Amino acid sequence: MATQQTQVLARGLLTPAVALLLVWMIVPLAMTIYFSLLHYNLLDPGSEAFVGLENFRYFLTDPAFLASLQNTLVLVGSVLAITIVLGVPLALLLDQPVLGRSIVRLMVIAPFFVMPTVSALVWKNLLLHPVSGLLAWLSTLVGITPIDWFNDAPMTAIIMIVAWQWLPFATLILLTALQSQDEEQKEAAEMDGASALSTFLYLTLPHLARPITVVILIETIFLLTVFAEIFVTTGGGPGLQTTNIAFLIYSQALIQYDVGSASAGGLVAVVIANIIAFFLVRVVGRNLEA
Amino acid sequence: MGQITLQGVHKSFGQLDIIKDANLDIEDGSFVVFVGPSGCGKTTLLRLIAGLEDVTGGRILIDGQNVVNVPPAKRGLSMVFQSYALYPHMSVRGNIAFGLKMAGLPRAEIDRKVAAAAATLNLTPYLDRKPRELSGGQRQRVAIGRAIVREPKAFLFDEPLSNLDAALRVQMRMEVTRLQKQLATTAVYVTHDQVEAMTMADRIVVLNAGRVEQYGSPLELYEQPANLFVAGFIGSPKMNFVSGPPADQLGAATIGIRPEHLRIAQEGEGWPGTVSVAEHLGSDTFLYVDGGALGLLTVRGIGEIHLKSGDRVWLSPDPARLHRFDKDGMAIRH
Repeated sequence: MATQQTQVLARGLLTPAVALLLVWMIVPLAMTIYFSLLHYNLLDPGSEAFVGLENFRYFLTDPAFLASLQNTLVLVGSVLAITIVLGVPLALLLDQPVLGRSIVRLMVIAPFFVMPTVSALVWKNLLLHPVSGLLAWLSTLVGITPIDWFNDAPMTAIIMIVAWQWLPFATLILLTALQSQDEEQKEAAEMDGASALSTFLYLTLPHLARPITVVILIETIFLLTVFAEIFVTTGGGPGLQTTNIAFLIYSQALIQYDVGSASAGGLVAVVIANIIAFFLVRVVGRNLEA
Repeated sequence: MGQITLQGVHKSFGQLDIIKDANLDIEDGSFVVFVGPSGCGKTTLLRLIAGLEDVTGGRILIDGQNVVNVPPAKRGLSMVFQSYALYPHMSVRGNIAFGLKMAGLPRAEIDRKVAAAAATLNLTPYLDRKPRELSGGQRQRVAIGRAIVREPKAFLFDEPLSNLDAALRVQMRMEVTRLQKQLATTAVYVTHDQVEAMTMADRIVVLNAGRVEQYGSPLELYEQPANLFVAGFIGSPKMNFVSGPPADQLGAATIGIRPEHLRIAQEGEGWPGTVSVAEHLGSDTFLYVDGGALGLLTVRGIGEIHLKSGDRVWLSPDPARLHRFDKDGMAIRH
């Protein structure tokens, strides 16, 4: 009886939160679906008309779509690779007992707390600028012509900025995992004659499999929607070189004022994210099973 | 061969002296137990032998060779940890084989040795399981398997049975002892449990506050404790200590008598007292007797003794089994 009572009570108390969450998700989704089926252009008000799947056909056959899909995958993949390949050794270093370790840790984590817009501006104007940037100054010091990053290697530049932001996140997660590694296991490996490298390969890396999975999953979610860094630096260009799906949808909606097509694009992005999530969970998700 | 000698071994962490001048001679093939209360430095001493800690001073000889600057893996010892420290991502086979693999042995030889070790420890059906799929006792055996497969000069055990339940502990105690006798390999075993020490050891090292209090066979320690600490630590229930007039009569500052050497006597014989608690176990009866000025005395009687709380008793110590200690707590030998 008591359990039935508590169940009813629990449901009653949960209802407002669940209802709010549902409304929060369902309303925008329903509106997006609705808009995606309309001809709806902000430059042509009052001409809204039902056009079926025309917006989807338009969005999917747009040559910009495949280019931006490819850009999205390149961006996500590169940033993931960089943050994990650099994050693991960084975490190992930060796990060592050194003087001022807590300050060093704080400084390593810091980039994660800088707003994407701000960090993009800093990178654009202070670091990568071909005339006044730090890298340009360094290049001229050694007699190399400075690279105009956002024109000559725009995607690389974007990847650098985003990786710089997400490296601390990966490092932090991996560092906490390293701290939970059993000391006696490492000592047992030492007794067994394992070198530092063998201990890393046979004990530490398997121990890190789960946090690496977490990093991949969480970063993927956020990296699929990178926007501010592109908006502030390259504006998706030159051409379509740095346009990803998120930026393409933005340009449909607020550069071409085509709300219908942008809504269709948004739904396509949801489907793509789900496909990626499906494969990710298949490939790396089994590490999460206890 | 596995003769381990400690000469003036000293270990400090900063200002704190953990081990003060330890001198020991552990004979090849013997089973030596380090026992002492927590914080006495017994685990540190074991880790010094293993090489997991560096000595502050002194020499550690294994088969006559000073190994103070030799890395742990090169000392030819293997260790069983308190938490077992199994590698969680490897199968039982992988765990046992890891040391051999690191030593670069050929595959066929590794397989043969692992199979032999698994057979010795009844682990053959579990070779392909992961540690988390094993029970506590099985994990314990994997940890031992990992130690024996390397055919070390000596085994080091760091409280290996403390995570097991009481029944399993008694069983593993016998298995470890039997295995050690069968392999005839030196074993150094750390425990805080004096029953484990008494039952398993050929020789016991009693440690207290970083000092070796006594080193001898279990019965030597029981019969001739070198000082008050050893006398109180070895034996269960604890030895009774009496000071004052009864001690003065025997020319000692303190006299000690074990509960099993106190006899329930006729009225008027020995020391009078009142039973405060009586524990009837069937096989034994433990009486906690308030002896007035003598303090609380524990008496162990064989079989059932029909006494209850509040009964008046007379206790007679066995004069041949009295231990006398001087004012510094050192034993007075006859």
